[in-house]
Order: sequence, then structure tokens, then C-alpha cells
Amino acid sequence: MRTMNETGVERSVGRQGELLLEVRDLRTYFHTFKGVVRAVDGVSFDVRRGEVLAVVGESGGGKSVTGFSVIRLIDDPGRIEGGQILFCGRDLMTLSESEMNRLRGSEIAMIFQDPMTSLNPVYTVGQQLEECFRLHTRMGRAERRRACVEQLRAVGIPNPEARLNNYPHQFSGGMRQRVVIAIALAADPKLIIADEPTTALDVTIQAQILRLMVRLVREQGRSLILVTHDLAVVAESADRVNVMYCGKIVESGDTRAIIDRSAHPYTDGLIRSIPSLEVDRRRLDTIPGIVPNMFELPEGCYFAPRCPRARDLCRVREPEPVEIAPGHAVSCHFPLEKSSSQREEVR
Amino acid sequence: MFQFIAKRLVQLLVVLFAVSLIVFVLTSVMGNPVYLMLRESATPEEVHAVTQALGLDKPLPVQYGIFVKNALSGNFGRSYMYHLSALSLIIERLPATLELVFVAVLLSAVVGIPCGVIAGAYPRSLFSKSVMSLSIAGISMPSFWIGMVMIYFFSLYLGLLPVSGRGEVGVFLGIRTSLATADGWAHILMPSVTLALGNVATIMRLTRAGMQENMKQDYIKFARSKGVSRFRLLFGHALKNTLIPVVTIFGLQLGSLIAFTTITETIFAWPGMGKLLIDAIHSADRPIVAAYILFVAVLFVFINFVVDILYVFIDPRIDLR
Repeated sequence: MRTMNETGVERSVGRQGELLLEVRDLRTYFHTFKGVVRAVDGVSFDVRRGEVLAVVGESGGGKSVTGFSVIRLIDDPGRIEGGQILFCGRDLMTLSESEMNRLRGSEIAMIFQDPMTSLNPVYTVGQQLEECFRLHTRMGRAERRRACVEQLRAVGIPNPEARLNNYPHQFSGGMRQRVVIAIALAADPKLIIADEPTTALDVTIQAQILRLMVRLVREQGRSLILVTHDLAVVAESADRVNVMYCGKIVESGDTRAIIDRSAHPYTDGLIRSIPSLEVDRRRLDTIPGIVPNMFELPEGCYFAPRCPRARDLCRVREPEPVEIAPGHAVSCHFPLEKSSSQREEVR
Repeated sequence: MFQFIAKRLVQLLVVLFAVSLIVFVLTSVMGNPVYLMLRESATPEEVHAVTQALGLDKPLPVQYGIFVKNALSGNFGRSYMYHLSALSLIIERLPATLELVFVAVLLSAVVGIPCGVIAGAYPRSLFSKSVMSLSIAGISMPSFWIGMVMIYFFSLYLGLLPVSGRGEVGVFLGIRTSLATADGWAHILMPSVTLALGNVATIMRLTRAGMQENMKQDYIKFARSKGVSRFRLLFGHALKNTLIPVVTIFGLQLGSLIAFTTITETIFAWPGMGKLLIDAIHSADRPIVAAYILFVAVLFVFINFVVDILYVFIDPRIDLR
């Protein structure tokens, strides 16, 4: 852990590479009968080329909606109310639906949570994969077929020629997610948004699929936004982390910095609630309380009602993001300050 | 596949046996055809002679036995009225009914499915709301009434379309059909719309409901994330998943369309099977009624058989076994 810390610092210093995606003050609201849910409320972040960005938080924190907003797949009653999504310098918010469709799949692709439902049950895997090539390349029929076989082979599906003619229900969950990954990567997109890609899978294959996905992303210098609630996944694969709570980014920074020197009490709570093999404890730490009702968000800091360190100020004024170290920002009036050695003691 | 077909054939035989029994019992209580066939002043001897000639003096089970024996060899008896083979009378009228049904089915598919798809994809649109209201009207208005209203409006008031009949008949691919002539089309338009209206509405609503359900599925969103166009999304990805119930209802409707053209044919004096049946019922012409109903039963079983096979092509998860 301690040696990793140093590499973490190195990574933060070495955060170079061209900007691929800049999200500025993104606001995605859902207009329901009961009122307006501000699922994503003023979120800003960057993704560089070749970078893996994890977006973490509890359910309902706006992680997935952030991902879907970037590729502009927000359906009624949701709407992107404002903000900029600059992709390679172009503001995606200004593109028409057909311009967006040209971009989807070829520049930005998505991997969904549940491979059981994300493939169309009435088309063969080959047809669904081929569709990508048909939409985004000028390949001929035979060429497309070869590319499909190649693509299935790349995600580790045995006997790809024969498997092309199979339907999704003839694949296991893990194999289907491999197919989904193959489809997402088919047209060589620069950015992949993975929405909880391993959550619906059998625990035994989660790591396999995650590693496969991250390897394929990194090999080609692609970027990945990895939406997840699993910090183990984050620690293993992400370069940077955005922690989201109630539609806002409460802390962001390099993975090691977030895990070893988390400054926001919420992040700290998330990390403490991971079971540890090294330390034997009867009860796992939890964050007290539940995520507040999105219709009646508390005044001041949204986390204050659940925060062990909350003071009067927290219940009145909303904290602004502050950079506490290079590349490490936190929105908290009273951030935690501790070194990784203290963390070990706490554990 | 072979097993499936064999099983279906056995089912067909069972259905036919049951239907024939019902038909026979019902037609035997329908009235005595003898009195309809003879003059009013016929003597008891004459009545007796005709009853004997028709085999109506024998006990009912024996009559049924004879009927089945003849039916198995394709002989449904001679019509009491026309003195012709009942089956050939029906077959002769079949093209007129089938062309009517064909146009009606075409209308249900060509109008019903696309309207349903679009209404289902945009459920809050004005189009969707009008489709819903119109389809309620289409389902709830009785077809005989619509037929008469259309005759009044288009034929009598506007004078655009002929009132009744089949019009000129041309020969197309060796079949005599009114679809081969312009006059025939003018004649078939109103009856087929009358016939199709309820179906169009049903298909539309069914497609709409299925589309609404399917558009929420993850695979639609995933297809969108691939950059699939709106058109392909609706008619390629979502519609195919919606088709199973639509095809089922389509099959059932096709059967009932063929069987129940009777009303439409009566209104428009269309010389099809349905009109023949109504006339036969009026004159207690048992052989025609029996042959007609058995014929329709075979059609129903056959159509459902085709529908079952279609399932496999639409949804690969369905296994015929």
C-alpha cells in the first residue's frame, strides 16, 4: 500500500496527454410528477486520452446519468438542462440528433450493466456486431464478416466463426458481456463509457471481464469512463476517480490519492465499508443513514445529515470544490487530513 | 419439425371430428329442409318420398355415420337448393371471399403496423393520441353500420364508388379475380375497408403497446449507443420484438376474416362464401352449412399452423418442440 502511494504521486504528476473530453457544469434534470430531480447538478470533469476515469458513489448519486448524458442518451422525463460537453473540442450539446448518431459508436461507445438485456434477443450476435461495421465503416460484406470474427476473437470468445450465427440466449452472462464489449469497441471509438459493466455478472468472472475491458481500452490508447460502485474495481483499474453524491462531484483526484488520502468524509466512509482481509473485524463499517430524498435535498452540504464531522456551517452553506493537492479537489468545509500511515492505524 | 407437423395433423383430425359433430347436430335441428324444397301443396306421400331420398328418415347417428363416410371421400353431399356438390359450390365462391380478405389483411398490415410503431415510439405525441381515439372508434363501431354509412356517403352522396357487387372480373395468373381490373378495385374498396377496420384498430393498438414496452428495453438503448438511426431502431430492432403477439392476433384474425366476411358480403352483395352460407342457413341447406364450417375449421387450423412456424423465424428463442 505504501509503495503504491508513491506511484500514485507519480501518476498525478504525470497526468499528461491531450484532453479528449471536457464536461463543464453539466446539469441533467428529471421532470417527474412529484417534482424535479436534479440527478446531475453542475458537474465538471475532464478525461484525457488513454485515461481511465472511475465515477463512484452510492445508487442514485447520478453516476450513470452522467455517463448517459455524455453520449446524450437521456430520455423523457430527463433532460440535459445546461452545460457543455466538449469532445475533441466540439460541443456535443450543439449537435443535431443525426450528427450525434454518426458520433455514437464510432467516437463514443457504451457498455451496459446487464448483458442479459443489452443484446437484442431476436438477432444473432453476428448481425448485431456487423451493424456497427455497416454503420461506421465502408467495409464490404466479406470484409465485415472477417472483422466480426476478429472482433469476437479479440474479446476471447472461442470458435468465433460458428458463434457469429448464435443468438444471445445461447451465450452465458460473461460471454454476452464479452460480446457487448466487442460491439462497443468494433468501430474503434476514442471514448468508452462503461455503466457498471461487471455488476450484473457472476462474482467469479467479474475480474476477468474487467481486466479484458481495461486491457482492450489501454492497448489502443482509448479512454474509459467507468461508472461503478465497487471501489475494488476502481483501485485495480482507474487512473482518476470522481466521487459523486446526490448529483455532485464531492471529491476527485488520482486513484491512489483518493484511496489513501481521501479528504471527503463520504469517500472515507465508502472506503471504510469495504471488507478487508487483513484486519479481522466483527462488523463492517457503514455510512449511517441513507441517501437523502432527491426531492427534498437538505440545505447546505447534502452529506451533512449523515456526516460524523458535520458542524453548523455544513447545514447552512454548500461547500465549494477546493484543490487540496495538485489534481485533488474536494467539496467539504472540513476535509479530513491524514497520511496513509494514519489510515493504516485507523484500519 | 417433422414431428411437429405430424402432431399438428393429429390435432387437425381431432378438431375436425369435434366440429363435424357439432355442425351435424346443430344443422339437424335447424329446420326441416323438405318443406322448403317442396311446393306448399305437396302430399304426405311426396314429403315422405323426398325425406327418404335425402336420407332424413334414418336415425340421427346413422345419418352422421353416412355423413362422415361421405365426407372422408370428399363428398359433402349435394346442396338441397342448387342440386350441386356442396364443396364445389364453396370452392367456386372462394376466390371472391379470398380477394376481399386479402385486401383487408393487406390494409391491416400496411396501415396498422406502421401506425402502431410510430404511435408506440412517441406515446405522448398528438399522432399517438389520435391513433388511440380513432382505434377505439374503429373497434367499437359495428362493421355493418360502417358499411352502410360508407355506402351512403361514398356511393349515394358523393357518387364515387359503386354501391355493391363484385364488378368486372379479370384473369390474373389463371385466377379469375376482381383485383385484376380497375372496376374490380373500385368495387372491392369499400367492402374491404369495412372488413378491415376493426382489425386495423386491433393491430394498431397491439403494435403500439408492444412498441412502448420494447422501446424501454436496454437493447434499444444499446442499439442507440451504437449510432443506429431512428428508422432502423423502430422498424428493425423494436418491431421484430413486438411481432410475436401481433402475428398471433393476425393469424386469428385472418381466420375470422375468412369466416365472418358473411356480414360484409351481405351488405355489399359480394358473391363470396359468406353470402352463400347466409343463403344456405335461410334455406336449411345442411350440406352447404356443414361443408362450409368444416372448410373454415381446416383453414383455422392451417393458419395457426403457419403462425406457429412463423414464430420460429421471428423469435429464435421459441422452439417448436
